[in-house]
Amino acid sequence: MGLYILKRLLLMIPVLIGITVISFTVMKMAPGDPISLVTDLNPNMNEETIARLRAHYGLDEPWYVQYFKWLRNMLMLDFGRSFASDNRPVIDKILERIPITLSINLISLALILAIAIPIGVMSAVKQGSVFDKSTTVFVFLGVSIPSFWLALLLMILFGIQLEWLPISGIRSLDYAELSTAGKILDMAKHLILPVFVSAFAGLAGMSRYMRSNMLEVIRQDYVTTARAKGLDERTVIFRHALRNALLPVITILGLSVPGLIGGGVIFETIFAIPGMGQLFYQSVMMRDYPTIMGVLVIGAALTLLGNLLADLGYSLADPRIRVSE
Amino acid sequence: MATVFGDFSRRLAKNKMAMVGLVVVVALFVVALSARYVSPYPPDDIDTSQILMPPDLAHWLGTDVLGRDVFSRLLHGAGVSLSVGFVAVGISTMIGVVLGAMSGYYGGAVDRIIMRFVDVMLCFPSFFLILAVIAFVGPSIWNIMAVIGVTSWMGVCRLVRAEFLSIRERDFVLAARSQGAGDLRIIFIHILPNSMAPVLVAATLGVAAAVLVESGLSFLGLGVQPPDPSWGNMLTEGKDNIEIAWWLSVFPGMAILITVLGYNLLGEGIRDTLDPRLRQR
Repeated sequence: MGLYILKRLLLMIPVLIGITVISFTVMKMAPGDPISLVTDLNPNMNEETIARLRAHYGLDEPWYVQYFKWLRNMLMLDFGRSFASDNRPVIDKILERIPITLSINLISLALILAIAIPIGVMSAVKQGSVFDKSTTVFVFLGVSIPSFWLALLLMILFGIQLEWLPISGIRSLDYAELSTAGKILDMAKHLILPVFVSAFAGLAGMSRYMRSNMLEVIRQDYVTTARAKGLDERTVIFRHALRNALLPVITILGLSVPGLIGGGVIFETIFAIPGMGQLFYQSVMMRDYPTIMGVLVIGAALTLLGNLLADLGYSLADPRIRVSE
Repeated sequence: MATVFGDFSRRLAKNKMAMVGLVVVVALFVVALSARYVSPYPPDDIDTSQILMPPDLAHWLGTDVLGRDVFSRLLHGAGVSLSVGFVAVGISTMIGVVLGAMSGYYGGAVDRIIMRFVDVMLCFPSFFLILAVIAFVGPSIWNIMAVIGVTSWMGVCRLVRAEFLSIRERDFVLAARSQGAGDLRIIFIHILPNSMAPVLVAATLGVAAAVLVESGLSFLGLGVQPPDPSWGNMLTEGKDNIEIAWWLSVFPGMAILITVLGYNLLGEGIRDTLDPRLRQR
């Protein structure tokens, strides 16, 4: 197992390098350079000052020198300072927002699994039933509905018409004066809509995936064997079939990490949640290049980490993987 | 070939899902092409005496903050969304097919490099990558078509590679090679036509995904720019007036939902029809 982990870690290195190359390329796509953003608007800038500024930021050097300098800073988690008015180090701005985004994603992942697995199993076992057909309809709606529209509809219904739930931020104005229980309740109320919206599309995809896994598994010989030796249907489904149908879900969890992190941009912006997605949106709107690059690289690195965890989880759950590789 | 296609269309015609999808897709084309003739008002006809009117007989779906007719703007938005979807998918399919074909056909180092490239691209949360590029190159309808295209080819690439891996060992490829056919001829004339089925499915589903992404970008103000009507940027107005004008939020979203649903149904329907193993389920 130790060897397997080591191998996976080593395989990550070229991918990490690739991530930085692509990010760097994206950065170089801008017409002009970050300096022109500052200088174009300032009438006091003359040629000499611009040249000095360019030299200060290393922009007069060849691209590969710039790349390696940038890479070296990146390895030390130095993403530079934000162009925003607070001028803080980018890494601080990102670190304070990661917990919010991660916890919302983890809650919605848990929700997705808790609901999608039973739905998928039920519709596979009762294939062709009314339940199966209505979940198919739900699945198609779920993957086709624009999440931000769903968010708007829920805000209109629960926030504005019924006034049951707050529609923005993660805590109320009087948060500081609430008791501990009140604080938790307050946060929970703020998170209901965002978590629901972020889980919805994943829920549909996962139920469908679970259904087809289960359909695949219950055709296998070992399930027939289990039935043939007289086990009751419940044992066959939940002990023999479900375990095997769950295996590929681990991989899908890993694959869904980028979607969850990236999807945050839209719902965090709509619900005014101070997470990575909102930070990213704000920096894109302000052309805050250092922050954009920082979030892009960290988002990709988090995805890589998610994939690694999924791979390790899979090999723990299924010894065949470790042997065959 | 003709009989295979005939057989395919007959089976497709029996697939309810595909037919519903096809009707939606065709209807949308008709709407997009005829918008300028049938829409009751010009899409950018500002009427300050009719600001934020709820739906009534004169304005079926109400009016927006500038008194423009929501229904007319929706009709015109269809063309915008569909063209973004089609061009983006065209780009991503082309990249995916070429890289996938090279990867599967040549194997070895070429395959390893391309597949690592795919791995790297898949690490980026796609919305992050798209937004980052847009931040640097600026939002416009052409830019978002290109950006969605170059960030969404990986699935097609893997599909085409898998097809090539299995087809390149078949006898007819060997026959072509023994007759002196070059690599390019074998790739494009012999193998590619035989691996188009999954690409067709992926492209159809890809249009749905691209329409969703475009609407999301436009909603955030980083896609199609006002005053050009797009369903996404109409929803931005919906959000800004969410407390007073529900119709600005409800109808454009419904248009997106119907479009995306149509393409998803058609894509899944084609998949069911093509894959006999899945059809039995």
